Amino acid sequence: MAYSVSFNLNPIVDSELGGLGSDDTAQDHLMIQHRTESAPEGGIGSPDTQGIELLVKECKDFLDDQTSDVREQADERGLQNSESVQTRLLVRNRWSATTLKVLSSMPSRSIGWQSRLEKVSRCTVHNSQLSRYRRQTPGSSLSTRPIVHRNEDVSEEETKTKELINNLQKLSTAGRFRILRSTPLSLSEKSELRKLAFSDKVGQSLSSEVPYWRKIKRASRHSFFTILSFFSSLRFGRVQLKRIGGRFGTSVLFYFLFLRTLLFFNIFLSLINGLFLVLPQAIYPPLKNTPSRFSGLELLTGTGFLSDSVMFYGYYTNSTINSCGPAAKVRSEDATPHSACGSASETQMIAYNIPLAYSFSTVIAFFITSIALVYSLSKSFGRSVQVLSSHGNLASKIFCSWDFKVSKKTSVRIQSENISTQLKELLLAVNCKRGNGASRWRLTGIAVYPLAWSACLGSTFFFAFGIHVFAEYLHLNKKPEDSWASEAYLLTLPSVVSCGNLFLPGLFNLLSWFENYRLPSVRLYVAIFRNLLLKVSILGVLCYHWLGKVAVQSEGHGPQCWETIVGQELYRFLLMDFIFTVLYTVFGVFLWRMFSQRVLRRKRKPVFDIAWNVLELIYGQTLTWLGVLFCPLLPTVQIIKLLVLFHLKGNSVLMNCQASKKPWRSSHMSTVFIFLLCIPSFLGATAFVIYTAWTIKPSSGCGPFRNLPVMLHSGEQWAHELTKVNPKLAWLNWVYNNVVENPFFLLLVSLVFLMVSYVHAHVLDGQKRIMTLLQEQIENEGKDMKFLITKLQAIHEGEPPLSQSRSAIRGNEVPNQHDTCGL
Amino acid sequence: MLGHKRFSCNHPSSTFFPLSRLFYRYRDLAPQLVPLDYTGQPDVRLPYELIGSMPELKDNPFRQRIAEVFSEDGEGNMTLDDFLDMFSVLSEMAPRDLKAYYAFKIYDFNNDDFLCKSDLEKTLNKLTRNELTEEEVRMVCDKVIDEADLDNDGRLSLEDFQHMIVRAPDFLSTFHIRI
Repeated sequence: MAYSVSFNLNPIVDSELGGLGSDDTAQDHLMIQHRTESAPEGGIGSPDTQGIELLVKECKDFLDDQTSDVREQADERGLQNSESVQTRLLVRNRWSATTLKVLSSMPSRSIGWQSRLEKVSRCTVHNSQLSRYRRQTPGSSLSTRPIVHRNEDVSEEETKTKELINNLQKLSTAGRFRILRSTPLSLSEKSELRKLAFSDKVGQSLSSEVPYWRKIKRASRHSFFTILSFFSSLRFGRVQLKRIGGRFGTSVLFYFLFLRTLLFFNIFLSLINGLFLVLPQAIYPPLKNTPSRFSGLELLTGTGFLSDSVMFYGYYTNSTINSCGPAAKVRSEDATPHSACGSASETQMIAYNIPLAYSFSTVIAFFITSIALVYSLSKSFGRSVQVLSSHGNLASKIFCSWDFKVSKKTSVRIQSENISTQLKELLLAVNCKRGNGASRWRLTGIAVYPLAWSACLGSTFFFAFGIHVFAEYLHLNKKPEDSWASEAYLLTLPSVVSCGNLFLPGLFNLLSWFENYRLPSVRLYVAIFRNLLLKVSILGVLCYHWLGKVAVQSEGHGPQCWETIVGQELYRFLLMDFIFTVLYTVFGVFLWRMFSQRVLRRKRKPVFDIAWNVLELIYGQTLTWLGVLFCPLLPTVQIIKLLVLFHLKGNSVLMNCQASKKPWRSSHMSTVFIFLLCIPSFLGATAFVIYTAWTIKPSSGCGPFRNLPVMLHSGEQWAHELTKVNPKLAWLNWVYNNVVENPFFLLLVSLVFLMVSYVHAHVLDGQKRIMTLLQEQIENEGKDMKFLITKLQAIHEGEPPLSQSRSAIRGNEVPNQHDTCGL
Repeated sequence: MLGHKRFSCNHPSSTFFPLSRLFYRYRDLAPQLVPLDYTGQPDVRLPYELIGSMPELKDNPFRQRIAEVFSEDGEGNMTLDDFLDMFSVLSEMAPRDLKAYYAFKIYDFNNDDFLCKSDLEKTLNKLTRNELTEEEVRMVCDKVIDEADLDNDGRLSLEDFQHMIVRAPDFLSTFHIRI
């Protein structure tokens, strides 16, 4: 019964049929053992009461013996006879010896008798079957099924070890490592097993006939492990994370882990941009047109000397850099075609096409980021999805809710209090059938909800509208003089937006405190939704303003670089967001703690608002992704911001905050936030970039795309040039025209994608149904067993005590009946 | 140092964790007992009191059970292998089945390979620091056995436990000690 659960989770139906066959052999084995045992035990069973007293005494002795070795207990029990099993069962119920014999020989009862090696062989078979299913190779038929033995001899252990080694040797090296690592044995046993399992490989390493690819594989694996251990020892912020995890548990830790993930994304982006864009352009700078002065405010506003640097789009040339030898000259359109390397041949010149590099680096960066995001989303979703019905709330609360990471004494105490409160609430809910809750809901009044919601939505709408109007006003009334006041003027819009981002969510929290939602998860979702709506509307208004007004109007105002302007705006927004967050973290949280402790006289420190902080991170990352096209160094700025924020927030949290009393479903929440990072944030940024690249005319005065009608045409131009140079590559042109530009092809690709996801969804649904059916089957088996036990007991009690043999025979027959019924 | 390097070569991929850091943590508990050179496989066993005084385990209500489950002698006195085993299983890379197996053994106070009612009661009392009344403890235990016991024998076997773990996705992140 228990085995059928672990094997039938595979959708391969034939494993069930295979199970039938092997369970029959197991059953035969049991029958043989049973018959051999019933003969000698007849002597003990005949004076029934004496036998029971003896058994009870043995039971007491056994229970008193508490100091036995954990690891040797399986062997000890294996060597003991069936009486100790019966004694323990007797303690539970006063069943007869025959019933107990029958019960003890059932497969589910004998689990405790398995040796560790059987468990390992079971794991091996299970894992290799799963891996076989995944890889869909025919593979060798691993027909060794776990057989139940109650009396284990040393020779049987050896044969089992040999079976296990055989199983392991049939797998590949990686498979062997994987299975050995995931089996529940102690380290010393694992190393012995590994030596035995790899004994066949030892000979190979000595011979000179080792194929070179194997050597490479071994060397690469060794170096991979060394690098991995080096990186994990260097792991960023490990000590800080450990302290925070020890104090607050998984919930607050999630924010810092999320920050670290975003850091890696930005490192990747800035590496690509830096290597392929910034470095070449920095080494071979274009001719500078106007000198610029330096004043400190430029670091904040991005104007002045920064606007003519590698920072922004406008700096990049629209031509190919040709470098040859020590002297290099940038050949631009209007310079004379005189090059310093006159005598050098064509092959020595390294031509680096900047516009192409720009578009390719952006495309590749976004593509790889999207793959990484989708992969992490799917992994997180797979971990958090609850396939079966969640009516096991209480059991999982007891066994799975204790956070082992928490190590500080006060936090441990808080955690115990949380769990006991939750358990008491659950018990109350079960007992009172939610009688009080409903009345409480009615008392607060239904009118609060629409009022609060309209207040939130209204404030969001008015704020977005205000931003729109203010941006228009600023755009139309630009102060042309170069004073520091005009530069500070540029910072007003970002400051207003950052202030709104800080204070409006506070207002939302206040309103939700009035609404008083009953379930904390509903409260959390409502807060996330409102905050998200605010940020999406702000960013939407700003994007409309930039693409709709700034980009288009540049034609009328003379040669201007609208891309640089948009890049500067995004840079300012990011910086202002950073400054306001730092100010809030350093002063705001500290002041609020003082206020709540002195004025409001609360005993507890404030709680770290995880949802708001994570959404702030997502907002910052969206700004970075929006600005990568216009400001290639923006990911670097974001890296600096995230590093500073990590340490600042970490210290602030440790100083000012306390662990929350509310439960936090970490896997579920991590899926939600990664989903939010993917869909509104990354998808929106991608849509923005694609719209810019596909529709809007680049400015004619600056930048790498200045002479193209649309940014994407750089690829087409490159394809044209390639075909001119090498006519064999004409197919590239054809590919570009008919595949990339053709909407039909994109439609086909999305259709295929939809079909694949539909098929996968159906497979998942089918597996869910199989699991529910199996669960029902298990429950029915349990009911069958209860019925048969009571029947057996009734039959035994109905008979006179002398006919022991008849009941013994009936006892032998019943397990056969039961197990064939069950299968 | 050399001995330590030799040691690390013997166990390259049986754990999920970088070994050198763990070895130094083990040694820091009792520098006079643990030699730097492990080539001779010395039989060094640190007593439970030292293991239980580690900052990661000091305030954990289950520290004694954890030490007992992973120690060879079942008393909580751990060799280096046991120590590595323990933190390997409790690291974030160990698979769910392995963690569920050891969690089951930790909660099984009487080591009978089943979570019977007394085991549940002890677990509950350790979790809540004896804050629930006896009546509440009894009710909770009954309800847990009702919910999770699939083969209806009145106690939870390893299969029942693993079945329940599958439905609790937070288990992987909570059954994790950072070192």
